[in-house]
Formats: sequence, structure tokens, C-alpha cells
Amino acid sequence: MSRKLLLEHINVPGINTLEVYRQKGGYRAVEKALKTLTPEEIVEEVKKSGLRGRGGAGFPTGMKWSFLAKPEGVARYLVCNADESEPGTFKDRYLMTHIPHALIEGMIVSSFALGAKVSYIYVRGEMMPQIRILEKAIAEAKAAGWLGKNILGTGYDLELYVQPGGGAYICGEETALLESLEGKRGNPRIKPPFPAIAGLYGCPTVVNNVESIAAVVPIINDGGEEYAKIGIGRSTGTKLISASGNLVKPGVYEIELGLPVEEFIYSDEYCGGIANGKRLKATVAGGSSVPVLPANLTLKLANGEPRLMSYESLSEGGFATGTMLGSGGFIAFDEDQCIVRNTWNFSRFYHHESCGQCSPCREGTGWMEKVLHKIEYGHGTMDDVDLLWDIQRKIEGNTICPLGDAAAWPVASAIRHFRDEFEWHIKEPVKSQQQNYGIANYAVPIEKAPVTEEK
Amino acid sequence: MLKVEEQTPVEFSSELLAKFDEIKSRYPEGKHKSALLPLLHLVQAEYLWVSTPAMDKVAEYLNIQPIEVYEVATFYTMYFLKPQGKYALEVCRTGPCCLVGAEKILKHLEEKLGVKEGEVTADGLFSFRGVECLAACGFGPVLQISPEYTFYENLTTESVDKLIEDLKNKS
Repeated sequence: MSRKLLLEHINVPGINTLEVYRQKGGYRAVEKALKTLTPEEIVEEVKKSGLRGRGGAGFPTGMKWSFLAKPEGVARYLVCNADESEPGTFKDRYLMTHIPHALIEGMIVSSFALGAKVSYIYVRGEMMPQIRILEKAIAEAKAAGWLGKNILGTGYDLELYVQPGGGAYICGEETALLESLEGKRGNPRIKPPFPAIAGLYGCPTVVNNVESIAAVVPIINDGGEEYAKIGIGRSTGTKLISASGNLVKPGVYEIELGLPVEEFIYSDEYCGGIANGKRLKATVAGGSSVPVLPANLTLKLANGEPRLMSYESLSEGGFATGTMLGSGGFIAFDEDQCIVRNTWNFSRFYHHESCGQCSPCREGTGWMEKVLHKIEYGHGTMDDVDLLWDIQRKIEGNTICPLGDAAAWPVASAIRHFRDEFEWHIKEPVKSQQQNYGIANYAVPIEKAPVTEEK
Repeated sequence: MLKVEEQTPVEFSSELLAKFDEIKSRYPEGKHKSALLPLLHLVQAEYLWVSTPAMDKVAEYLNIQPIEVYEVATFYTMYFLKPQGKYALEVCRTGPCCLVGAEKILKHLEEKLGVKEGEVTADGLFSFRGVECLAACGFGPVLQISPEYTFYENLTTESVDKLIEDLKNKS
């Protein structure tokens, strides 16, 4: 069994309550941080831990904290990004549902380290049950003196509030999140200035993912150096992986970074293999935005060595043969899944979620959706594949925020690795409506699956 | 889209206004516009949708222009700008849920309820629509029911039938 830092007590009955959470050693990090450490020492521990942002970008958390401007007399804010909306990712929802105090404890320690007196947890609006859970847990913590005025008699004050979103994927982008928190449309801001200089209400602000903030707790308890011993190379610590798709046991797993991908998919400790005894066709390893990889490149690097679940190994080979760890949303496709249909589905998602500020993204995502729909329903031409390639190339890198890239990469990688499947849809317009392509040309035709036409 | 001709006047109850006040107190002086999204959720929970007069009232309460409320309410997908069924079912239609049968569930709901996506059943009880990823991909297909946003996971056509029967009996 690998080491668990975040989900160690997930199965303990009542772990969502303050009482049981305390019995299991909860809030030790707050005591240690507030009573024995200075804010600078906490930032130093987080730097030493090598913790990298768990929301997707993988930027070192300690470094992000050290960029925070500290002008005299200006409020500073910590905002937790709980706007988990990346298709394939559901770890934050899981953590907040079952161990809300882990997030609250991390928020207190992190707010203290950054000198924030008011902090917000921005939760996506659809997670109303989780918002209720967090608000209850905050009330418990406040009643017990872990929040509010003069915490533990140290003179440190902190108010923690939960802010609901309104259902917009784009608000997971940190500057869009801040706009939304200010009561506006979630349009990402042009950077610089970065939030560390001018964030919420124009004040210095740090925005961190739920899992990053929860990971601060074991880092403070055991020390940054201990944390850095777990994992592999620059991918330190443990990571929550959300496993979904055609797996025997989908769910949230805490892994030590560096676990072989093959073991993650097939071992009974984790996903237990592909459901219904089928074969693996492809995976999306880090949430819908990262490149899709065929089974062979998922399990092995281009040079034949095993691929590992780490920031470096998953991106080994660049986009030609690699992908990204992203937010850890691991989606597995079995042999009967259609790559064209799934790519169309993802494109529809990005079109729906584009905020509309930048023309390449606003127009390009809709265009890609239409072309993919055309191919999927048997009306495509060979030129359409090249057209798709052209559109995605013109979106990537030409937008204010990374949503444009996120929309372009799934399309680019699907064409890169599964071009024959796109061409088959075009050459066999009738057949492609009745059966799936399978893993390759020799795949056994399957029964036509019922399909709902987009209205 | 925004129905500007809708003019049924709205008066917020004192209980609702007390909740508004509590939320407004969470933000620094002069930054009360931050309360807009939570306030619209409260309005929707009360009336099951967000009408133009209700938005105007919210603008008045926050001392901002009505357009500032309209632009937000139309940007975010959770706010209903026209009346929905008492139970508004929202089924995730994004990739991972489709891998495990979300499209079948949507089709089944359409047949079962006898209405198209976005329409309300004759008895006013149900409406449904497909929504983008609900962050429950490992437990798909999933649906949520507003205004409580209770979650139903690992759906099958049978479990959806049962859910609808239960809701009918409840009301």
C-alpha cells in the first residue's frame, strides 16, 4: 500500500465532523504553525516540499506564495479555487464532501502564512451540497476557536467564507475566478498584473486549488523535507487522481507520484483494469484539456520504458508522443469508444464554456464543434480533417487565457494519433453510423449503440 | 434569453432580505457587488427562476445598475431566465459520462416525461436539460435536481424511472 496523506482517514465514520477529525490528529498543523512558526518559515517549508499546484498548471506553490506583494496597509487575500469543472476531474468534490476540515485546516495555515485576514473558498455553484458541508464545518471550527478573532490566543484573526459560483468552467481560471468573486462575468483578465500584485479588489492575492491547500497540512505536520521524499524527481508528494470512463473501479485514488500508469490502470489496488473484460483503446490522463493518447503510448514512452504517473513522465516526448498530468483527471476509453464522437463532445464543451472575449476561441471552438459534428454524423470530407487542424493551430496560443489551448489540444491530439479513424468516418459514411471503428481496421464490428442527435 | 416584457412585480420577504444582509456582510466595505452571485442563487431557490423584476430588485438592493445584474445572470448557466418545472433535472452530457451512457439517460428522460429538453411537463412538475461536466465523472451517469442540487449517481433507466415516481408521489 502506498502512503496516504490526504485520504488516510477517508473511511473513518464521522471524519466530516470536527470531533472525529480532531481525534485523528486534525488541526495539529494550525497549532504548530500559529504557535511555533513565522509566516516566512511556513512559506519556506512549502518551498522545500516541492509541492506543485494541483489544479492543473503544476506551478510550484511555495514560489507562487513568495511572489505575493506585501505593501504596507493593503489587505492580502487567499482564495481557494474549488471551481472544479475540468471534465474527468472530481477529486476536490470528493475531498470536500468527506473531509471538509482538511481544506479548512489548510486554509487557516495558508492564510496565516500569507498574512490574509479574510479568505474565500470559491466553490462551483452546482456543488450546493458541498457548500452546505463546508459552511457547517466552518461554523464548527469557528465555535471551537479555530477561526475568528485571536485564534489560539496568538492574536491572529481570520474570517473564512464560502462563495458559490454560477456554473461557468472559465471561472476555474484564476483571474476569471476573481472577476466572478467580485460579482462580475467570468472574463479572464490580461496578465500582468498577476494576482500576486493586483488580484481580488485590486489587492495582492494568492489563488490555490483545494488539493494544494489541503496538502499544506501534512507538509507543516511532517516538514517540507519529509514531503519531498515521497514521489519521484520534481514530482514530489502524493496526488489525487480522479479515474473515470470504462474502468472496473472508477473513483478517486491517492497515489505517490511516480506510480507506473500500467499499475494504476490494472492493479486491484487502483482501477482494477478495463470494465467488461474489454481492451484499452486510449486515455486522457489529466482532464479533458490534455492530449489524448493511444493505449500503447499511455503505458509506455516512445522508447519503450514504462510511463509513470508524474508531471515529467506523462509529458515525456512533448505533444508528439506525450501528454500532461494536468489536474489528474484520468479518463479511460475501451475498444468500443469512438474517438471522433468524444472529440466532438469535448469541443462542444469548450464552445459552450468559452467566455467569448477572444475571437479565436469564441469563433474557433464553435467552428471545430460543427466540423466534428459533421464528420461524426457521416457528412465529412477529407478537407475537413485538415481544416480542423488549421483551426486548432490558430486558436492555440492566441487567447488571453488557456481555455483556447485547452480546446485546441484534444482536437490536435485526436487527429495526430487517430487520423485513420477520422478518415474512416469520411470514407465510410454509412458504416460509421452503424458500427464503431474499434481499436484498428481489424476490429470486430459491434452492435449499433443508440445515439441521441444534438438538437 | 431575457424576457423584458415579464413584469410580474416581486417583493422580497423579510426572511430573504435578512439572508441578503448576512451575505453582504462577508465582503469589505464598498465591495458588496461580490454578493451578486449568491443573492441570485437565493432568489432562484425562492422563485425557481430569476425574473427581470427580481433582478431589478436585486440591483436596487445592491445599489448597482440593473444591467450589471442582467449581464451576470445571462453569463452563468445556473440561473434560469424562464420558469422551470418544480424539479429541474440536469443531466451531465460531457465526455466521461457519455462513455458510460449519459446520452441514453437523456433520451430516456425525453420519452418518459414526454417533453423536449428545456420544456416543462403539463403538470408543471418536471423539466430537464443536458448540462456540462458536474465533477462526478467516476460515478456517471449523474444528474442533479435544483434548487437543492441533490445528486443522483450511477444512473440507469430503471433508477431514473424510480426517481421520477418518487418525486411525483412526494408532491
